[in-house]
Amino acid sequence: MNDQEDFPRLDVQDVSVAYANGHLALQNATFQLRGGTICALVGVNGSGKSTLFKSIMGFVEPRNGTVRINGLPIREVLKKHLVAYVPQAEEVDWQFPLSVWDVAMMGRYGAMNFLRIPRAVDKTRVEESLRRVSMWEFKDRQIGELSGGQKKRVFLARALAQGGRVILLDEPFTGVDVNTEDAIIQLLRELRASGCIILVSTHNLGSVPEFCDQAVLINRTVLAYGPTSEVFTEQNLKATFGGVLRQFQFEQSTIQEHDGRTIRVLTDDERPLVFGKDGHLEYKNRQEHAELLKERSEKHD
Amino acid sequence: MIELFQSLLTPFQYDYMLRAIWVSALVGGSCGFLSSFVTLKGWSLMGDALSHAVVPGVAVAYILGLPFALGAFIAGLMAAGTMSFIKAKSRIREDATIGIVFTAYFALGLILISLFPARVDLKVILLGNILGISDPDIWQVIAISAVTLLILGMKWKDLMLFCFDPNQARTLGLRPFLLHVTLLSLLAATSVAALQAVGACLVVAMLITPGATAYLLTDRFGKMLWLSSGMGVATSLIGAYVSYFINGATGGCIVTLQTLVFLGVLLFAPKHGILASRRRVRTSESTFVQ
Repeated sequence: MNDQEDFPRLDVQDVSVAYANGHLALQNATFQLRGGTICALVGVNGSGKSTLFKSIMGFVEPRNGTVRINGLPIREVLKKHLVAYVPQAEEVDWQFPLSVWDVAMMGRYGAMNFLRIPRAVDKTRVEESLRRVSMWEFKDRQIGELSGGQKKRVFLARALAQGGRVILLDEPFTGVDVNTEDAIIQLLRELRASGCIILVSTHNLGSVPEFCDQAVLINRTVLAYGPTSEVFTEQNLKATFGGVLRQFQFEQSTIQEHDGRTIRVLTDDERPLVFGKDGHLEYKNRQEHAELLKERSEKHD
Repeated sequence: MIELFQSLLTPFQYDYMLRAIWVSALVGGSCGFLSSFVTLKGWSLMGDALSHAVVPGVAVAYILGLPFALGAFIAGLMAAGTMSFIKAKSRIREDATIGIVFTAYFALGLILISLFPARVDLKVILLGNILGISDPDIWQVIAISAVTLLILGMKWKDLMLFCFDPNQARTLGLRPFLLHVTLLSLLAATSVAALQAVGACLVVAMLITPGATAYLLTDRFGKMLWLSSGMGVATSLIGAYVSYFINGATGGCIVTLQTLVFLGVLLFAPKHGILASRRRVRTSESTFVQ
């Protein structure tokens, strides 16, 4: 794998997707991402998140516009197995007669020969991947017998075994316990450090600033993209979520002991987003993300 | 004692019985292999539809003196094409689409057969005629089964991935559409082969029951393939053999035997059987009380 593939570039340029029934799911979506990022794809249901995923996976052909990775069209990219996909839990048939090991091994099929007979290297990669997500002890379990968090980790192991450099995760935190969520985020950070592009679709607003250094806001088109702190403004979020966000405002009068700043809270009822008086987002990883951005721009320029 | 033994061996003295037994076993094996994919992909209804939709193709082939497999295969693929066309272009649900298309093809077949009664026998197509199978028909069955078993034997992992997660298949550079067409063609081809053994009415049993039975017995796909193929071979062999003694229809005997095995497994399967589930509920209830 060469340098370019280690630090991939994803270019989504003017992508419009229409379905056979005439529904225009996505219009003129444009954004770019460079290797070493965890990017949130934020939008309500039906905003085109899964359509965008599908076009990055080559599952739907854009009506116009292009999706390119390292300058190559998706068709070419798929042959190199650079794109890995972690599906939503609801999309998977958990009663399928497969073990944890079988699922992780599916990540290696692209690299295997015509008959898909695993070589020693494939087995090693699968074992490493399962150990990395702490699922090795469960390797012989049927996948339906796992907990929500374990299920998610098996599919992450499959993406690791595949060695994908652009990793798409569809709603990775639904039905997942807090410990697993932390473990997944930790793993995503490690992958980011190794140069991967990680694109996480989520409607869970509050957790985004904690681990996503970049964000793409989407509502039938890309409304804004860039560093989370710049993109997550009240105005942008209202445009993204339409009327579905709750908003609270705490004035001096309601919080007596407060230092006098006005706090505004935006929430989709899962985790709140808190804006300070200056209209800036309050979150704990601001410093970390700023450093990451600086580092990245130095690396590429 | 010796007499009993001799009478048990009588079917093997007749050429037509020997042929019926091994041709049934071959058909049962390839149908059983495929049935694992059919049940897991949720294509049971599709299997039923294709096995009826091939009838006009068989009729046309016999009328024109062509190999029946060719006509049946073309009719099967045309039916599948019609279904996906209607599904893609209209708001009609899939089960309704399948129902409309396969009955339409089947009705066309009935008309054709009734117009040329001297060339084709309706009973043979609907109920099969393994005892009177002709040599060219045997060769067609052998060819279909060989190709099916070869493709499934080589590409079962790709097809398994396609059934489980077509998105992943695509991201790995496999072509889900090609796999879809392959599986559909194999389904059409094997239902043509099975038509000879058990007739159009019962083909679908050969394409579902072994897979469903194996699914109750194991949690590993590889094992499921062995179990369903093995069950297909064994029930077809024994069913054809038994049909000699009770002088019953071969297809009926094979499918009844499959149903009996299925019922036994449904009750007694060690993990997914009804009795095992009950036992588990009772155990967890008693531990809960403590």
